[in-house]
Amino acid sequence: MTTITSEQTTTDQKLKEAYFTASQGQLIWARFKSDRTAMIAGFALIFMILLGILAPPLSPYNPSIAGRDKAYENGAPQIPKLWDENGFSVRPFIYGTSRVRSAKTNFRWVITINRQDRRYLHFFVQGWEYSFLNFSWDFPGETFDVNVKTLTFSTHLFGVDKGGVHLFGTDASGKDIFSRTLHAIFTSLAVGTLGVLISFVLALIIGGAAGYFGGRIDSVLQMITDAVRTVPAIPLFMALAAFIPDEWSSEMRFFFISVILGLVGWPTLARRIRTHLLTERHQEYVLAAKLCGASPSHVIRKHLLPSFTSYIIVDLMISFPYAVRSETALSFIGLGLKDPVNSLGSLMQNVSQADVLLNYQWYFIPVIFFIAFVLAFVFVGDGLRDAADPYSDKSK
Amino acid sequence: MTLLNVENLTVQFDTDEGRITAVENVSFSLEAGQVMGLVGESGSGKSVTAKALMQLNPRNSIYNEQSKISLNLDDGPVDVLSLKTAKELKVVRGGAVSMIFQEPMASFAPAITIGKQMVEQLVLHKNLTKAEAKKLSVDMLDRVGISEAGKRFDQYAFELSGGMRQRAMIAMALSTSPKLLIADEPTTALDVTIQAQVIDLMKDIVADFGMGIIFITHDLGVIAQTADKIAVMYLGELVEQGSVRDVIRTPAHPYTQGLLNSLPKLEDLDKPLTPIPGDIPSPLERPSGCVFHTRCPKVVMGRCNVDIPTSVRVKDGHKASCLLIEDNGGPKL
Amino acid sequence: MIEKPLISAKNLSVTFLLGNNFFGPKLTIQAVADVTMDIPRKSFFGLVGESGSGKTTFGRALLNAVPISGGNVQYNDDEVSYHLERLTKVELKDYRKRSQLIFQDPYAALSPRMTVRDIIAEPLEVMGLTNSREETDERVREIAEKCRLNLEHLRRFPHAFSGGQRQRISIARALVSNPKFVVADESVAALDVSIQADVLNLLKELQKELELTYLFISHDLSVVAHVCDNVAVMYLGRLVETAPTRDLFFRPRHPYTKALLSAIPSLDPDYSGNAQKLEGEIPSPASVPSGCTFHTRCPHCIDICKQVEPLGEQVSEGHNVVCHRWKELDTPEPSN
Repeated sequence: MTTITSEQTTTDQKLKEAYFTASQGQLIWARFKSDRTAMIAGFALIFMILLGILAPPLSPYNPSIAGRDKAYENGAPQIPKLWDENGFSVRPFIYGTSRVRSAKTNFRWVITINRQDRRYLHFFVQGWEYSFLNFSWDFPGETFDVNVKTLTFSTHLFGVDKGGVHLFGTDASGKDIFSRTLHAIFTSLAVGTLGVLISFVLALIIGGAAGYFGGRIDSVLQMITDAVRTVPAIPLFMALAAFIPDEWSSEMRFFFISVILGLVGWPTLARRIRTHLLTERHQEYVLAAKLCGASPSHVIRKHLLPSFTSYIIVDLMISFPYAVRSETALSFIGLGLKDPVNSLGSLMQNVSQADVLLNYQWYFIPVIFFIAFVLAFVFVGDGLRDAADPYSDKSK
Repeated sequence: MTLLNVENLTVQFDTDEGRITAVENVSFSLEAGQVMGLVGESGSGKSVTAKALMQLNPRNSIYNEQSKISLNLDDGPVDVLSLKTAKELKVVRGGAVSMIFQEPMASFAPAITIGKQMVEQLVLHKNLTKAEAKKLSVDMLDRVGISEAGKRFDQYAFELSGGMRQRAMIAMALSTSPKLLIADEPTTALDVTIQAQVIDLMKDIVADFGMGIIFITHDLGVIAQTADKIAVMYLGELVEQGSVRDVIRTPAHPYTQGLLNSLPKLEDLDKPLTPIPGDIPSPLERPSGCVFHTRCPKVVMGRCNVDIPTSVRVKDGHKASCLLIEDNGGPKL
Repeated sequence: MIEKPLISAKNLSVTFLLGNNFFGPKLTIQAVADVTMDIPRKSFFGLVGESGSGKTTFGRALLNAVPISGGNVQYNDDEVSYHLERLTKVELKDYRKRSQLIFQDPYAALSPRMTVRDIIAEPLEVMGLTNSREETDERVREIAEKCRLNLEHLRRFPHAFSGGQRQRISIARALVSNPKFVVADESVAALDVSIQADVLNLLKELQKELELTYLFISHDLSVVAHVCDNVAVMYLGRLVETAPTRDLFFRPRHPYTKALLSAIPSLDPDYSGNAQKLEGEIPSPASVPSGCTFHTRCPHCIDICKQVEPLGEQVSEGHNVVCHRWKELDTPEPSN
C-alpha cells in the first residue's frame, strides 16, 4: 500500500480519514452544507414549518369565526412599537382604536387610532383554547365514531390586555390575518404531506415492481402509469368539486383533496423509481451479490434501496411544493378548500376583489408567505439533488 | 518548421476539494509531419494537455501566466492561450487543429447522418458550397478505407461498426486539412485486429498529408509503431521526451524504465512481471519535490523529496527530468 | 492417475433472445455455439477473443450466471461432481461457494455504500459460512491480508481507493468463500499498465497458496501469454484453437490466431511486422457467416470453408484447432 511521505499535519490526515470513512449520508450532508443558498433556504423552511406546527400557541386569536374581533373589521396591521412621542417603553405596545360611522364617512366604518391609548403586549398569556390532537371521524354507525381531544392548552405567545393585537390586520369579518396565516401554513403543510405520502407509497409499489421485475410486468404497469398521467388536472377537479356534497365538513374536504392529489401525482415519481431501479439492477455489484446466492430481498434491501434513498428524498422534497401549489391553486379558484377554512389558497381567494386591492392591501401578506414557502422547498430540493450523488463522477 | 511550441504549460482546476494541479510546467515542440506520442497512465495529465491546445478544458481551469502555446500557421504564429472569444478560437478549433476521440459514438450526433455532420463542419470552416463539401467528404471517407463511401455518407453513426466509426471520425477530422491532429486514445476502445488497421491508416495519413499528430495513449506498443518522438507524463509532469528509439531502447527516467519493465512482452515469456511498486497518488496528494519519488526504486531521500527536477539533456533530442541524471552524461546511478 | 478436469464443457451453447416481439419470429443471438473445452485442475486457463467472441458469456455460463441453452458442462472437484446445465437448487447453492467471479470494472463492482469490510464479508454472510461476527471478521482479515490490503482501511468506503486497490478488494471478496474455481473476467483491463503486473502477480501467488483454478478471460494477448499455462481462442462464439501457452504463441495453427498475434503492436520501433493483417470487420453475432465463421476475413479461404463448419482436430497433446486447412498452412518457422 502507499505510504506517502507527507509533510501533512495530523489534522489534514484526520480530514482525509474522515472523508474515506464517510458513509453516503455523511457525504451528502457535507456537500449540502457547502451550498449556501440551500442552507439558507433550509433554515427558512424549518422556521416556517415550526410556525405552522406551533400555529395555535403563536396565534393570539382563534382563526375561525369564533375569534373575530368585531370592533376591528378590515383593520390595518398593528405593528408593536417600543418608542413614540410619549416616551420609551420596555414593553412593546400598540395603540387603541375605535370605530365611528356617520354620514360623513358615507356610512362606512372608519377606524381611528388613539395615540394616547397605549395597549401593552403581554407574553405567554392565556387565551382561547386549542388542542393538538383533535379530530372526530364520523363513520356509519355510532359505535365506529372516533372522537379524540387531547393535548389541550390555552397559552399563547403574546396578547394584549385590552382590545386586540393584529399584526397583519384583519379581514372583512374581523378575523386576525396573522393567526389565519399561521394556521394556513399548517393546513397547506398537512395537505401537502398527505398528498405526497400517498403518491409516494403508490409510486414505490408500482414503480418498484416495474423496475425490479422488468419484462411484461413492466410493460403493463407502464401503460397504467401513462394512462393516469394523461388525466388533466383542472377538469378533474372541476368535476370533483361539483360532485362533493355540501354537507361535508372542512376536514373531510381537506382529506379528500389530499387523497386526490396523491392519486394524481404518483406517475412522475413512479417513473423515476422505475428508471433508477432498471439501471441499478444491472450494476455489477448487484450481480456479485447474486453470484453469492443472495435472495431478491437481500439484494433489494442491501443494494438497491440504499442506492436510491437519496433520489427518493430529493424527489419527495421536489414534489412537495407541487402539492402545495396544486392545493393553493385549486383553493384559489374555489375548487378546493373554501373560506372559512384556513389554507393559503382560500386566504388568497379574497385578494382578487378590487375593494381589497385599493383599500386593504394587507390581505396580500399570506401571498408572501406562500411564495417564500414554495421557494424554500424548491431551493432545498435543488441543493439536495446537487448534493445527493457523490458517486456520480467517480471514474478514472 | 516547428508547427507547435508549448512552453511551461501549467493547468490547475478549482474544485470542491481544493485546487488540483493537473499539468505542471510542460514544454515540448512538434514539427510538421511528425508524430508525437504522449504517453501516461491515469492522472498523468495527458488529456488535459491535449485539450489545452484547443482550449477545451472546463471553465474552472486555470492557466498559469507563464504558460504559452504557439501554433505556427500559414498566416503567422497564433498564441492559443490568448484567444478568448469563440470567433477567435474558431481558427484553432476545427480549423487548424482537429481532434479525434476515444469513443467514436460520442463524437457523432446520433440523430444526424454522418454526411450531414461532415458537410456542416466543412461549410463552417472552409467556406465551401454544400455540393463541394459533399464531394470532399465522400472522397475522404473513401480515403480512410470505408467501403461504399457514397452509401455510408447517408448513414447514421449507429449503423457503422466500431472500427468504421473510428475511421469516419478520422475522415471528418482530416477533411478540414488541419495542420495539427490530436488523437486522444483513438484505438483504446477497438479490438486488436481493428486497431492494427487503424494504426496502418494513421501511418498512411502522415505520409500523405504531412500534418503533425499528437497521439495520446497508454499503450506503448502502439506508440512504438506509429510515433517518431515520444513524451512520457506522470502526474502532470513531463518526465522524459525524445525519439521513440532512444526512449524505448535506452530510457533515462526511472518511471519510463519501470513502465517498460512492467509490460508483458511476447518476446520474453519467462521474465516475471515487475510492476512499479505502490499506487499512483491521487491528484489531491501530490508528492513534494519530484512527483515520482514515492515509488522510485532509485530514490535518494533528502534530495528527491525536496528538490524539483528540471529537464536535463541525456543526449541530442533526448531529455529527462530526474535529479539523478547528470547533464549530457546519462544517469548518475 | 489422470485427474478429471475441473470443468469439462461439451458442445456448450448459450442463446439470447432479443427484444419482446409479441408478434413475428423471435430474434436470437448465439453468443456461444458448440464449445468443447476442458479446464484442468489448478490451471491458469486463458480465454482470449475480440468483441462478439462470446468469451464473457462463456465464463458466466460456467458460473450459472446466464442460462445454458445447449450441451453439457461437468464440474468435478475432490468432493462433488455437478452437471451445471441441470443443477438443482441445493446443488446451485453449494456450487456458488465453490465458484466465483472477479469483475472487470473496479469502480462498478463494489457497492459504493458499503464499507470494505462489509463488501468482503457479504459472501460469508449471505451463504452462511460463518457462525459469528468474530469468525466473519477473522476470515475477512485473513483474506484481506493475503490480498495485501491494509487492515486499517477496512473501515473505509470504496471511494477512498484507487483502481488497483479496488481490484484487490474485488479479489478478496471473490476468494473469501474459499472457492475452487474463479473466473477472472478482464480483471486487469481497466487498470493502469504499471499496476496490472501487480495484480497479476497477486493472482498467481494466490493460485499457488489456495490451489485455485482460474479461467482468465482477456483480450490482451501479451498478458495472457505471461500468466496462463493454457490458452483458448474464441471467435464469434466458437472455439478456434486451444493449446498450451508456448505452443499457441510460438506456433499457432489457426489463421485467426496467427492474425491476432501479428496484430499486437510490437515495442520495437523497427519491427517490420509480417503481413498477416486482417481486412474487414468482425461480423455481428446476429448474422453469423455460414460454414467456418471466420471465412469472411480469412486470407486462406476456399470453397469448403464457406459451406462446411470445420470440426476440432488434434494437433498434439492438449493442442486442438478448428480449421479445414491447418495442416497445409502449417509453416515450420515460428510466427513471431
